[in-house]
Amino acid sequence: MAAFGTAAGRPLQGRDGAAGFRFTVYAALAVVIMYLDQRQHYLERLRYVLQAAAYPVQLAVNSPPAAWSSIRRSFEGRDQLQAENASLKARQRDLELRSMRYEDLARENAELRGLRAALPPVADRWLPAEIVNVQLSSLRQRLLIDRGAVNGVFKGQAVLDDRGLIGQTTNVGPWSAEVILITDPEHGTPVRIERTGLRTIAVGAGDATSLALPYLPANADIKQGDLLVTSGLGGVFPHGYPVARVTEVHREAVQPLAQVRAAPLAHIGTDSEVVLVWFRPDHPAAPAPQAASVNGVKAGNAALQPQAAPPRPTAAPAPAMPKPAPEAARTPPRTGPAPRPKPATEPAPEAEATSPAEGPPPAVESPESKPRDPAEPQPETQPPKGNR
Amino acid sequence: MLLSVIFGLVLTVFPLPAWLDVLRPAFVVLVVLYWSVNAPRLGGIALGFFSGFALDVFQGPVLGQHALALSLVAYIAVREAQRIRTKPALQQALVVFGALAVYEFAVFAIDGWSGHPVTSPLRWVHTVTGALIWPPVAAILGYRSRARI
Repeated sequence: MAAFGTAAGRPLQGRDGAAGFRFTVYAALAVVIMYLDQRQHYLERLRYVLQAAAYPVQLAVNSPPAAWSSIRRSFEGRDQLQAENASLKARQRDLELRSMRYEDLARENAELRGLRAALPPVADRWLPAEIVNVQLSSLRQRLLIDRGAVNGVFKGQAVLDDRGLIGQTTNVGPWSAEVILITDPEHGTPVRIERTGLRTIAVGAGDATSLALPYLPANADIKQGDLLVTSGLGGVFPHGYPVARVTEVHREAVQPLAQVRAAPLAHIGTDSEVVLVWFRPDHPAAPAPQAASVNGVKAGNAALQPQAAPPRPTAAPAPAMPKPAPEAARTPPRTGPAPRPKPATEPAPEAEATSPAEGPPPAVESPESKPRDPAEPQPETQPPKGNR
Repeated sequence: MLLSVIFGLVLTVFPLPAWLDVLRPAFVVLVVLYWSVNAPRLGGIALGFFSGFALDVFQGPVLGQHALALSLVAYIAVREAQRIRTKPALQQALVVFGALAVYEFAVFAIDGWSGHPVTSPLRWVHTVTGALIWPPVAAILGYRSRARI
């Protein structure tokens, strides 16, 4: 900002020429900055510093709404609090009942897989974070949270709430991090339909209540109410976290693709707290790291670019993936004993208790999802596109 | 001047519900336009560049995007300052509409180039609201600057 002074102090000689010259200089500077930021990722450091500088402003800007909500909360009636308390207790009891058999099931699962001991849950560590600032427009669906690099947050980290996936971190500052939501139009989440095992990409639709599944052929086996869970491809999200529920499926005879909408399970519009998760990298359900996952940056970007590699629904079918074998080869880090016998692994206790449904999927998955899975080639074509 | 830019930034970053957010004018652009037109020697293109850069820090997918767009707007405004300044408020609003369209187009083009294309027509709505809000903004800024001198 000090440059203002020098620029303003200089007298303008020959108005137009000087203005044109200065414009050229600044435009060139801007283009250079953009190039460096976009192509080379040279400016990570600068971004980090700038994010730190911007954080107080963002905090201050958010303080009136925050103050308002805290005032409202402090005046909440006694009845209301009691009601909330009761409902929380009920929920706690439900969750405890659900997780009561968890240990047992985990052991049983391990035995079935031929492992000696049950695997620890894929989530290694949680960190709750407060939402500081929200941008929910049709162009950008972002959150700013109050945890940053000093808390160990990294770029491309999964962010959840107590119901499902929310998004991933994009810019990480020292004390804050920007989260791109799964509903951002630029964000694509690799998902799997829990009922059938069919994999596809869920793209944000630009409002907090819906996702689009644009890459499903019209004859795809999907119906209203289907649960979408993360597929573990793409290198950011682990396998098996609930994402959304299908709300509408439109099939038109003239359209090759089905128009499918889903509602995210996370309460994106009303959350005030989210959870950052660290995953055990060597866990079978952990997000599949790319071969070159040394820099988490590229891995993070890969999932951000669903449109960069549009699938060819007509080209995919038979020759591309005739049997399940290539799939095992494609996801090498999933070093389970057999090539992925169960798609519906329950990786963490807070995911939904879908264990009873674990029996059928293996049989269902291979014959049904393989022949027509247009989104299949996507996750693997993405990583090279990571840096656009 | 700096204060008004910061205030514009705050207004831009302030959280609003989604439907209002679409209507939210680009306050920083309005402020830069005002100063470029009324005090071209004071801030000029540097003001555009640096306030654009600040905007980038808050919400740019690529650093430098808004900086470039705002420098462009400031350049046009500085060049045409004399002609714009003498016009009545209503015609000024029309010019502002044009400038906002240029700005949004620049941002849009860079968005597309950098691989973040958002082709929703809603992104153009703020050019209209920005033009509509120009007379009061100019009046407030004019009052403030006159009061100080």
